[in-house]
Amino acid sequence: MTLLELEDVTASYGPVQVLDGVSLSVPEEGAVGILGANGAGKTTTLRAISGTVRAGGRITFDGKDIRGLRPDQVAALGIAHVPEGRGTLGDLSVRDNLRVGAYLRKDRKGVDEDIEYCLDLFPNLRERITSNASALSGGEQQMLAVGRAIMSKPRLMLLDEASLGLAPSTAKNVYDAIRRLRVESGIAMVVVEQNANLAFTLVDSATVLETGRNALTGTSAELRGMDEIRRAYLGG
Amino acid sequence: MGKFVQLVVDGLSTGSVYAALALAIVLVHQATGLINFAQGGMAVLSAYVVWSLTEQGVPLIVAILLAIVFSIVLGAVVERWLMRRFERGDPDTAVVVTIGLLTLITGFAGWLWTYNNQQFPSLFSLDTVSFLGVSVSQRSIGTTVVIVVAMVLLQLLFVGTKLGLALRAVAINPQSAAFSGLPVGRLLMVGWGLAAALGAVAAVLVAPQLTLTPGMLDNALVYALAAVILGGLTSPIGVVLAAWMIGILENLAAVYVPFIGFDLKVAVPFILIFVVLLVRPQGLFGRKNVVRV
Repeated sequence: MTLLELEDVTASYGPVQVLDGVSLSVPEEGAVGILGANGAGKTTTLRAISGTVRAGGRITFDGKDIRGLRPDQVAALGIAHVPEGRGTLGDLSVRDNLRVGAYLRKDRKGVDEDIEYCLDLFPNLRERITSNASALSGGEQQMLAVGRAIMSKPRLMLLDEASLGLAPSTAKNVYDAIRRLRVESGIAMVVVEQNANLAFTLVDSATVLETGRNALTGTSAELRGMDEIRRAYLGG
Repeated sequence: MGKFVQLVVDGLSTGSVYAALALAIVLVHQATGLINFAQGGMAVLSAYVVWSLTEQGVPLIVAILLAIVFSIVLGAVVERWLMRRFERGDPDTAVVVTIGLLTLITGFAGWLWTYNNQQFPSLFSLDTVSFLGVSVSQRSIGTTVVIVVAMVLLQLLFVGTKLGLALRAVAINPQSAAFSGLPVGRLLMVGWGLAAALGAVAAVLVAPQLTLTPGMLDNALVYALAAVILGGLTSPIGVVLAAWMIGILENLAAVYVPFIGFDLKVAVPFILIFVVLLVRPQGLFGRKNVVRV
């Protein structure tokens, strides 16, 4: 059963066309990667889904047309966008950031349990629970951003460059936790990642974008075996 | 001694009015990240609504409640139809827009109700209560109590409620807040509406004393801004304490420091700000912004 479907999606920033017909299909509980060079349209694809850029084409979530909805409306449907640069709320404590994530939920007890789950998934955050988010390290902020997304109990998570600016060992920790989350929660994911090696540890399939179009799409195993993918994204 | 205590008590009461306006400014700043220079002007408009209603024979307390409702709507409308256009852009532009709005409101009030001073009915009686050789008017006591209640409610709103948390989240990063499903536009309107209501309370408390004119709160706005900077933009309690300090100090300085007198007392809070900010740039009670890159 397909959860998210993009067909021929276009988007532009002013006169600059960034997406020129992107298609993507994410099955329920599936994880799909978006690979590509800088400026290929990876981030913009996520922004088109979450309603932060105006898009053309068709975007359906759970059979419903979501193109043109505001970001908060998209979030309310169960799509959590973890943006590039993390978007943590600097002046709020770690706990308050997590509580903001649960804004739309009414089940107090479930919220407390999920905060506990986040702290279990990211033990670093437990020690910093009362610290302001702005005082966290880059890795901790990324964990907090994912934690905040978890708190909304999404059906789909959009992860944008979760490894950006992190030391390799930290990036691996973050991805290990996200993989555990995926197994335990069944949240479907769209994963934008420069580091294709990391992405392939998480996703089942991926598409490669070039100048706003799908250049290649395949399962992780297929893509990993291709010479051009190896040369361009996997470091030889 | 009696004179000293009298000055302190009077200062506390004027300080409370600065505090009410300062709290409104803090509320808008917490919710939108900008300083609203029109806060005083909007409050005066609310006071005129009260005045017009009482002139028509509406009981004062009913008029005040109606004016508070009017203020909430006014605040929300100003946010939705005016400020919204500037919120995404340069914050400096938005601040200048609020200054323009202040001028516009003052002119509008003058055009509609003239610039003459209007007698404004007082919510509290002017009778005095004697206490340890000091006579305090019930109005001073009432004003101070109302402000303390407002301060406590605001502090509870910010730290104790989901709405307060949402308002703060939206102020810090509206786009990121929307990713958690927060209806950013609606929350901004709520923040502006609540602030305008608070401003209305301030105007109603001070109008009997100053008499109602379109520029009634211009001076108070200056003091309120001083209190906001001195107390720290993030702390309702800090802002109220700072406003009281300013009210008391300016009274004392006017009487006990000969070269200041009543003409120069407006300078007192700013000398205080200068000294405090040299030592604590985040204000007396504000939290330091730690930015890690």
